[in-house]
Amino acid sequence: MSLLVERVELLATIQDLGRPGLGHLGVSPSGAFDRPALRQANALVGNDMSVAGIECLRGGLTLRATVDHLVAVTGAAAALSIDARPVEHGRTLHLPTGSTLTIGVPPLGLRTYLAVAGGVAVDPVLGSRSTDTLADLGPPRLAAGTELPVGTGSGPGADLDVLWAPRLGEATVEVVLGPRDSYLTSEALGRLLGEPWTLTDHCDRIGLRLSGPALERAVTDEVPSEPCARGSIQITADGTPIVFGPDHPVTGGYPVAAVVIDAHTVCLAQLGPGDTLRFTPRFVP
Amino acid sequence: MNVLPCGDRAVLIDCDTLDEARGWYVALAGRVDEAVLGARTVLLRGAPADLRSLIGHSEPGPADPVDAPLVEVPVTYDGEDLTSVAESTGLTTAEVVAAHTGTDWTAAFGGFAPGFSYLVGGDPRLRVSRRRTPRTSVPAGAVGLAGGFSGIYPRPSPGGWQLIGHTDLQLWDVDRDPPALLAPGTRVRFVEAAT
Repeated sequence: MSLLVERVELLATIQDLGRPGLGHLGVSPSGAFDRPALRQANALVGNDMSVAGIECLRGGLTLRATVDHLVAVTGAAAALSIDARPVEHGRTLHLPTGSTLTIGVPPLGLRTYLAVAGGVAVDPVLGSRSTDTLADLGPPRLAAGTELPVGTGSGPGADLDVLWAPRLGEATVEVVLGPRDSYLTSEALGRLLGEPWTLTDHCDRIGLRLSGPALERAVTDEVPSEPCARGSIQITADGTPIVFGPDHPVTGGYPVAAVVIDAHTVCLAQLGPGDTLRFTPRFVP
Repeated sequence: MNVLPCGDRAVLIDCDTLDEARGWYVALAGRVDEAVLGARTVLLRGAPADLRSLIGHSEPGPADPVDAPLVEVPVTYDGEDLTSVAESTGLTTAEVVAAHTGTDWTAAFGGFAPGFSYLVGGDPRLRVSRRRTPRTSVPAGAVGLAGGFSGIYPRPSPGGWQLIGHTDLQLWDVDRDPPALLAPGTRVRFVEAAT
């Protein structure tokens, strides 16, 4: 029971829902960046929602089945084929023994997810099979020749009426101001919330570096090492915002002016360099 | 102490001192989804309204609980920066070693890498700055000083702390429970390794 990796274009990692709750040990939550996409892929093949699948950046993944498998591909939609025959995104697919599944490059969106019935069954590390790209925890990144063990115990696959449609090209996400919004001038805070931000080339699972108007700091001191959450918007010393992804550092020394609400952090998964991100405030009691 | 917003799934307790933050961490760590300690702050995960209510009905505990576990860390004091630490502190290298081993430290907070702990409470004469240029690679087990903290690198990584020695203890092992040798609250006693 295994899938054999034949080709990885950029970056493909094993991800489940991560290892939350270990920040006191210096361990980030990690896990699938676009969690709804992984959950839906798992649902399509009858897996429990927490089972591990594959997250690939800009597609470009080829896998060969060593026995018959049920698979599904979700997230950023790319051309898919089994032995050069086109197949559908967001559907349960039968991958016969010896056949090859190829995921092309998605024209829009960044991260494509693959689930296999039974789940990718590498050994968990601290309760999760996710690769943490910052801390180098969990299984290694996939490479040509990697043999992925596949588990058992899935239920019947289910067709989904509504497929999670990732936000593509641009997104507006809600943020809660603070904890360190007072470190920005009120003009800078207005710009952070009022202006569109462009994603730079420096975007990965750790964080998304944005470009836009420089944000003037009212307080130039750094913050003594402070714990951070996913979605935290750090403002660096030169006034650049960085939004933290799932593999974010557990603590940071730059002030966090606002934090993206948890449900909207998944929107960040599908935005890439050149895409536009806007922040809108939400009040949390 | 202030409670600051931190998204819709957490709050941040902002304190005046590390000891105050450690007291809040001791009081609340077992009562919330997750608690993470920083140098002046404690991140608590959960519903913000519930967390604010919990904090309002709680008092900070002692920063140094009397029943904290003690870990003895044997160190070979052969670090590349031992001489420069001695020069900048006005001590001899033997006095640096005596100061580092003479007072117990406490693992306060982590964050730089899994298993790394900022150790506090050591001899105040050992307060040194970071190196002007960080090393691109520091080996696992290297024992360093910076800004009044001591720390041990859990794995090879870049680093700017002044290195005074090394230990053979494994700071981080995912197959051990708990994986971090020096979890927050652990008391740490450095001893000079037998040569």
